[in-house]
Amino acid sequence: MRVGLAIGGALTAGMLVLAALSLVWTPYPPTAIDIIHRLSRPSAAHWFGTDPFGRDVFSMVMVGTQDAVAVAALAVLLGTAIGVPAGMLAATRGGWTDETVMRGADLTFAFPAVLTAVMLTALRGAGAITEIIAIGVFTAPVLARTTRGAAAAIWVQDYARAARALGRTRRGVALVHVLPNILGLLIVQVTIQLSLAVLAEAGLSFVGLGAQPPAPSWGRMLNEAQTYIYTAPLLAVFPGLAIAAAVLGLNMLGDGLRDRFDPRRRRSAQ
Amino acid sequence: MRAFLLRRLATLVAALLVASLVVFVVLQILPGDPALVILGPDAQPDTLAALRHQLGIDLPVWLRYLHWIGSLLSGDFGRSTAYDIPVSDLILQRMAVTLPLAVMAMALAGVLAVPLGVAAAVRKARLADVGIMGLTQIGVALPDFWVGLLLILVLAVHAAWFPAGGFPGWWHGAGAAFRALILPTVALALPQAAILTRVARGAMLDIGSRDYLRTARAKGQRERRIVWRHAVPNALGPIITMMGLQFSFLLAGTIIIENVFALPGLGALLFQAIAQRDLVVVQDLVLLFVGIVIIVNAAVDLLNAAIDPRLVEATA
Repeated sequence: MRVGLAIGGALTAGMLVLAALSLVWTPYPPTAIDIIHRLSRPSAAHWFGTDPFGRDVFSMVMVGTQDAVAVAALAVLLGTAIGVPAGMLAATRGGWTDETVMRGADLTFAFPAVLTAVMLTALRGAGAITEIIAIGVFTAPVLARTTRGAAAAIWVQDYARAARALGRTRRGVALVHVLPNILGLLIVQVTIQLSLAVLAEAGLSFVGLGAQPPAPSWGRMLNEAQTYIYTAPLLAVFPGLAIAAAVLGLNMLGDGLRDRFDPRRRRSAQ
Repeated sequence: MRAFLLRRLATLVAALLVASLVVFVVLQILPGDPALVILGPDAQPDTLAALRHQLGIDLPVWLRYLHWIGSLLSGDFGRSTAYDIPVSDLILQRMAVTLPLAVMAMALAGVLAVPLGVAAAVRKARLADVGIMGLTQIGVALPDFWVGLLLILVLAVHAAWFPAGGFPGWWHGAGAAFRALILPTVALALPQAAILTRVARGAMLDIGSRDYLRTARAKGQRERRIVWRHAVPNALGPIITMMGLQFSFLLAGTIIIENVFALPGLGALLFQAIAQRDLVVVQDLVLLFVGIVIIVNAAVDLLNAAIDPRLVEATA
């Protein structure tokens, strides 16, 4: 399993490095049109070939990493900022607060990112913000449930009860004892949600609900590749590989971290 | 059991009502004037007022909500402003593509995943398990619409075994229509099957070496019978729960995959409705999708309760 953690970490780090590098350097400007060399096959000059406008596909995939990383990170941040406090509140207060938060989570979970994105697009048009909100809304209930479940398990531990008996407030116990103890699990869940967010982002930009041209995004590159599937089939391959590598990396990182943080699982894995 | 059933149904109705309220509030009350969007910034005030009246958005908000819900309950989904036909007609036409697609994909995912997950669990940590788990790790990472593109590339463009897209309709014979749905079904099912395989394996391992399995082994029953007769039925709970959750992803996936294969389903209708600012259709369709997700999850709860009566006692 340590191999998985290493591969996942390497793929994720590679994605981040690629995104950062593309801010300052790409082999070609990603929007530079070069009609003479349109639809050329992969070569030493153009590693992934060129698209119908002669743009360098490798440069576009590189810049597309920015979109994937930024949207996924901000969406999961939004979902975490809503979900974790809601889950903590549910576990700390219990009773009808718990019930309300959890039913709210159930309801929110019934709105897949694409439906929220459709509604927001009908109101205010497509774009990165629409994507971030839509994916964040879908992420929040998952984190709320994870937080609430893990926190509830800490609340019945002896040390949490002892702290209450010694006169600490519920809020104090939640912040000092519960939150630090569920942090590992939350990091794992956030990593998994990041991988789902990259997938969702690709889907949304594929159907045109995401980042608008000319900003390159993996999903839209695949959409444009559809038109040329008979003449330039490779155009439909590279952006998809980039998505798969990013998601695979985040998933393996999440699984690896879980094995590390959860002693129960570590024992069963051996 | 009856109390459980009644309470679950009450929760279902409440969830559907709240969902309809959310959809309505998001689409109708948030800033943005659909009449202005349709006619553009140069529209005359009286033209705007007339369109607002035609769209029914000049009435008070709560009245519009009650009108919408009341009509829905009596089977009236309103009128599409773009097509000028009842929305229910549109939905019925398009449902004939989306529903078979989602159901077939779910079925295929289950048929692939359960045997694979069981096989992996039975051969835990051996070559078959490692191989199956490695494959599912990759499968989970593949966007279904990209799998669709690759299937088109290999099986429609190169080999020409399947149509690359389009849908002939069921009335020209079920064979051609079925063929048009095979590739999208596979594309939707593979990533979901990968997730489900992992869940099935986990559920089987959780059953592990329960007493009743040891007893069966001690009786000298064959291992195959022990697995399929004793272990698998007890592992079904988590598998069914996961399939219920996946149905939500499958519906979302259908919306996107219809785009890849040019299928005239509900997803395609949804995108046309956005492009044409056909708000009635958007509102009805979003509620329809969300409603299906909510109803399927309630059905999963009931199914689990029917399989395992202990769940009912635990919640009672």
